[in-house]
Amino acid sequence: MKNRLASSTDWVLERFPLSKFWNDHMAQYYAPKNFNFWYFFGSLALLMLVNQIITGILLTMNYKPDAELAFDSIEYIMREVNWGWLIRYMHSTGASAFFIIVYLHMFRGMLYGSYKHPRELIWIFGMLIFLALMAESFMGYLLPWGQMSYWGAQVIISLFSAIPVIGDDLSLWIRGDYVVSDATLNRFFAFHVIAIPLVLVFLVIFHIIALHEVGSNNPDGINIKESKDPWGVPIDGIAFHPYYTVKDIVGVAVFLLFFATVIFYLPEMGGYFLEHANFIPADPLKTPEHIAPVWYFTPFYAILRAVPDKFAGVIAMGGSIFVLFLLPWLDSGKVRSIRYRGGIYKKALLLFVISFIGLGYLGTQPATHIAVIFARIFTAIYFGFFLLMPIYIRWEKTKPVPLRLTEQPSLEDRIPDLIATFDEVTLKEPIKTKSGTTLLPRRLNVKGLLNVMIRLLKKLKNSLD
Amino acid sequence: MNDEGVDKSKRQFLTSALTVVGAVGTGYLAVPFLAQMQPSVKTEAAGAPVEVDISKMEPGQLLRVEWRGKPVWILNRTKEVLATLATLDDKLRDPNSVESIQPEASTNPYRSIKPELFIAVGLCTHLGCSPTFRPEIAPNDLGPDWKGGFFCPCHGSWFDLAGRVYRGVPAPTNLVVPPYYYITDTLIKIGEDTTPEANA
Repeated sequence: MKNRLASSTDWVLERFPLSKFWNDHMAQYYAPKNFNFWYFFGSLALLMLVNQIITGILLTMNYKPDAELAFDSIEYIMREVNWGWLIRYMHSTGASAFFIIVYLHMFRGMLYGSYKHPRELIWIFGMLIFLALMAESFMGYLLPWGQMSYWGAQVIISLFSAIPVIGDDLSLWIRGDYVVSDATLNRFFAFHVIAIPLVLVFLVIFHIIALHEVGSNNPDGINIKESKDPWGVPIDGIAFHPYYTVKDIVGVAVFLLFFATVIFYLPEMGGYFLEHANFIPADPLKTPEHIAPVWYFTPFYAILRAVPDKFAGVIAMGGSIFVLFLLPWLDSGKVRSIRYRGGIYKKALLLFVISFIGLGYLGTQPATHIAVIFARIFTAIYFGFFLLMPIYIRWEKTKPVPLRLTEQPSLEDRIPDLIATFDEVTLKEPIKTKSGTTLLPRRLNVKGLLNVMIRLLKKLKNSLD
Repeated sequence: MNDEGVDKSKRQFLTSALTVVGAVGTGYLAVPFLAQMQPSVKTEAAGAPVEVDISKMEPGQLLRVEWRGKPVWILNRTKEVLATLATLDDKLRDPNSVESIQPEASTNPYRSIKPELFIAVGLCTHLGCSPTFRPEIAPNDLGPDWKGGFFCPCHGSWFDLAGRVYRGVPAPTNLVVPPYYYITDTLIKIGEDTTPEANA
């Protein structure tokens, strides 16, 4: 006779397909066995979504969405609510961490061609998540009602007023007032805590369903479903659970080390995660001397400032995000992974990364003459990377793609090399101490360091061919 | 299912009719849902005009008041400033304020009813930051071309002391001059063009 637990489990399973769901998405979802470091960021992004939802719910218990009370309620959370400082810093640091993770996750997609056929829709859902995330963080940033909250929102909402004909009415409708005011704060609170999180959760579900329908890509960019064993399981696939759930726990542990360090020791990150001007209550009569968006918007903000015309600037900024949606169709390269792509694509991708980081830096700086010139060059490279893709991909000389996943040296295999490199860049000179023991202090060996740097640069140059 | 002998055109008609009715209904429901985000009646009422006493203003002084939640500047311009304004025309994008917003009474080279007293909404026409008042001539950070004016710290737009925008900066038009009128020589009302009696 079955025991009570088993029979009540059966009772549920006959009525709800829990085990089918578990098998389809975890225990019998076969992922390629060669996932590397870059593949941690998907599960980390999910962790951050959960972090933001939980800490966000706790914050709403003490926050007041009212222009008169909002700033003080944040200070109240920081000083008087038990553990309020921790919950708020987890939320504010979580926002920045979310964007770091999402940017790395997107770059992974670009490295290994994860947006290419048949995964175009996964990329589109991912881009929609990115867009919703930007709206979510922008609206969340208004809530503390500091100077940067206020003027940041003023500038971003004014972007809509650049649209011809309907622009002014549209920005009035978004604000609900002639300037950013209590009405704006109240509605942004509603969007930030209910509307956009709901959209985000649904988009994440669609993103994962689409992924599990076609299967995960991998660092070799080949289809593991082409070689299956007699039971129909891909030979190069391993079950997501337990193999990748366990592996991802390691990734989560390492990530949380960094995350906790920032929360406890650097919650403002030198004014990048929480801007200094935001510790002053919003003043509608005075703009801070230097206003800059939070770091994750700065690349797009730099593009906006690089264009000397109001409407064209807004178009360029919108276009810089829209063009990412088109990536699966702009890139007609036959090979997915960067490992087998031609030199021209690798060089273009390197230039793109440099220009994206350059734009991100320039967006945090005042718009001086020289900064604007650099921003224009980087903007040209940014758009060139995407829009010229159909042209330069034609000259791409790809390398032969293997039929099965390749073996890469694991971290353990590389440790002896790393030790040898460490020995090369340091000098050991034995010193006899007074007590008779010998010490081996290490100091920097400039010549060795130069050799290592030259080797690395040569390696980089070769890998770009 | 056996569809033989079924008149599908009637089904098709019913489906189409229901779709259209549903779409129209959704459209009607969308109006209140979207329109509730418009400024409320209370917000619109709060846009009432404000009175400002200017009897104590010194020459060269800038007064900031709030109207509809926006900063409004009242600047008492000296004779030298007024003389400088006329020399700037070729450096400006819209020196005669053809494309800019100002009431009829202020559509003149000084962009004001009385030349010395300049009144403007203190928000940049680019993306709505509030420019800083920099009356000094050729300061180190702005360079020798600066003849005194308003500088927007957000995206570097330049305006002269009549709120007129320079060429080659992101702001497209001159600063907005709000409607205002003089109740007496030392009292102005911002937010209305003319006295209520004149309207009637």
